[in-house]
Amino acid sequence: MQPELWYTDEHTDTVRFSMKTTEQIAAKKSAVQQIDILDTIAYGRVLILDGELMITEKDEFIYHEMLSHVAMAVHPHVKNVLVIGGGDGGTVRELVKYRSIESIDLVEVDKDVVVLARKFLPFVSSKLKDRRVSVWFEEGLRYVRGKKSEYDLIIVDSPDPYGPAEGLFTREFYGTCYKALRDDGILINQHESPFYAAHQRSVRDAHRHIVVEFPVSTVYQAHIPSYPSGHWLFGFASKKYHPIGNLDEARWNKLRIPTRYYNTALHRGAFALPTYVQEILKEEEVLRS
Amino acid sequence: MARSVSARAEDKVSARQKRVPLAEALDAQRINRLAHFDVPAHKGGRGNPELTEYLGERAMAMDVNSMKPLDNLGHPVSVIRQAHELTAEAFGSDDAFFMVNGTTSAVQAMIMSTVKSGDEIILPRNVHRSAINALVVSGAVPVYINPGIDRKLGIPLGMSVADVRKAVAEHPSAKAILVNNPTYYGICSNIEEIVRIAHEAGMLVLADEAHGTHFYFHEELPVSAMAAGCDMSAASIHKTGGSLTQSSVLLTRRPVNPDYVRQVITLTQSTSASYLLLSSLDIARRNLFFRGRQMYQKTMDFADYARGEINELGGYHAFGPELVNGDTVFAFDRTKLSVHTRDIGLAGIEVYDYLRDDYGIQIEFGDIGNLLAIISCGDRMMDVERLISALEEIKRLREKSPIGLFDHEYIDPVIAMPPQEAFFAKKRRVAMKDSTGLIAGEFVMSYPPGIPIVAPGERITPDTLEHILFAKEKGCFMTGTEDMSLDYINVLA
Repeated sequence: MQPELWYTDEHTDTVRFSMKTTEQIAAKKSAVQQIDILDTIAYGRVLILDGELMITEKDEFIYHEMLSHVAMAVHPHVKNVLVIGGGDGGTVRELVKYRSIESIDLVEVDKDVVVLARKFLPFVSSKLKDRRVSVWFEEGLRYVRGKKSEYDLIIVDSPDPYGPAEGLFTREFYGTCYKALRDDGILINQHESPFYAAHQRSVRDAHRHIVVEFPVSTVYQAHIPSYPSGHWLFGFASKKYHPIGNLDEARWNKLRIPTRYYNTALHRGAFALPTYVQEILKEEEVLRS
Repeated sequence: MARSVSARAEDKVSARQKRVPLAEALDAQRINRLAHFDVPAHKGGRGNPELTEYLGERAMAMDVNSMKPLDNLGHPVSVIRQAHELTAEAFGSDDAFFMVNGTTSAVQAMIMSTVKSGDEIILPRNVHRSAINALVVSGAVPVYINPGIDRKLGIPLGMSVADVRKAVAEHPSAKAILVNNPTYYGICSNIEEIVRIAHEAGMLVLADEAHGTHFYFHEELPVSAMAAGCDMSAASIHKTGGSLTQSSVLLTRRPVNPDYVRQVITLTQSTSASYLLLSSLDIARRNLFFRGRQMYQKTMDFADYARGEINELGGYHAFGPELVNGDTVFAFDRTKLSVHTRDIGLAGIEVYDYLRDDYGIQIEFGDIGNLLAIISCGDRMMDVERLISALEEIKRLREKSPIGLFDHEYIDPVIAMPPQEAFFAKKRRVAMKDSTGLIAGEFVMSYPPGIPIVAPGERITPDTLEHILFAKEKGCFMTGTEDMSLDYINVLA
């Protein structure tokens, strides 16, 4: 009998999430982190960084659609987009669906993530070749530092804030993003999960730092089965537009962007937060005022 | 032939340096299951489970008293002696002493073993308080050299060779010259020339290398005190060399008598020296010997990168080797990341506070015009990026006009009496603001850097008072006076 191979993602010190795997596709120790790609039975091909699950073939569409389309349905004329992290290409794949977008700068600190994604994760990386996309291999914080009023939309597509992405959950990072955005720019970030204590700490830190920098700042949610607790948050921070007040359903629906998770009715619902999440956000806002 | 002989000698040194005799002995004793009927009472942690939980079993098991196999710091004859010898070899000194009361105790041991009550010692005024404390204890009389100040940056510099020559000529009976190698800001005097002048005049040269341990391990760094021919040096391995806080070494060269130095050290050093501190020195020495060069290369690379990026931001001035002028800035320690903040209208201490309170970044210190970040091989590039970006953000959000920021000058101290006499004299308490013209009976300094603005025996001038009040108003952490709030100062009655 063949031995069973299981990959386990530690959701917390005492909670684990395991998938039965069929094959290890790639393993590489890059200059930044350990990168692994596995084939699993239930979730298809998965990308793992430093032992933590990043994306699965099965449910990555939820994450990438929610990271990309919410702001696109609010901001009426996004031309220049900056994606920080996201070297797998999933966010870029969603963004290139918009013909109005003129340029996408993708800043990834680990070149090997892009190299391996191009080779082994075509379902996310397929649009990295789009002529509007420029890929920069640099520390996100450093890249944004020099930019001023250059982007309409910045998307922070980062792993958890313990490790190479630590700097992407800091006040100085959100502040430099504010500066890099135009006067009506929007910042969307991967905002962790409110459910387990360790992730909730990150939710709180990120919200506390963003609130002081942006006049409009809230979070929205999605259900992503493979992520810790399955309940995931995204930050919506903006200089001008309100995520519901400025939602232009007719305009977005007319574009006929193909999606499997996102739609404009869900958009409204995604901002309706559970009471305990509202309380977490409120507590951090009070701390700051 | 000669080459192979020297190569063989190198192999021998390297084999010796691989050993950590003190740490090895401590480890052997940890696993030998000795029944302990000696202090400390926690006996490997069992007697204090809460502390053991907090610090970890291993640390508790290492916390033992001196005993036969572990030697005795006050009278080293076996493993501590061997560790001392290896340290001396690694630093290029004749003798070395592990210190467990901080570099403060090493500075004091240097001074107390070379100058006695009434003897003169030549030193720059921007010494650390530990040096002036040693004068209070020993009764020695300071001859201060004005270190000069960089007008634009407002930082004290090194001693000029001409000033040293002049002081030596005017005080031929002085016993020693104390040199900062480097200052807190990384500035070095021409220490080799000072050694020549001093030795010609029959004086010893003592180096305060609290911020210079790394000089011994990378050829691109300024010359170390021992290589420059100094007689003694207090090297703070814990600051830039990786040992535990409060551990330090005193390095000496013959003809300084090591047995006398040891007697002086034992006057004030704990008789229950911590083996955690001692073993950390032993292991740090080995690490420095084998990896020091690589560590400090990485440190310099980080610091050089950060300097370049910070200077790109505009407004800030991260100064570096360009300050070198052949005299008062004879060399610059590139591992130091000092940033002049005055041009963005913020005091260094204000930027320090913003960094910590708003951005969660702790730096070493901020004073009136500058801040100092300690860079080490323990840093990560992403943290360096955070510091640079936070500085940019502070500039974007808080920049002000520099007008009205205090422009301080070197304040030539008016010495009314030696520090010891003033410290122990009959004193009275007056309001700080009314202290002009009176003789201070105690220190006033911001800490860090711990360089006294006023030392005991100095007359308080309108300039010194203005400096004290401004530093206090800007939020510097002021220390030294009996009155914790610094509203009052003790002056001579």
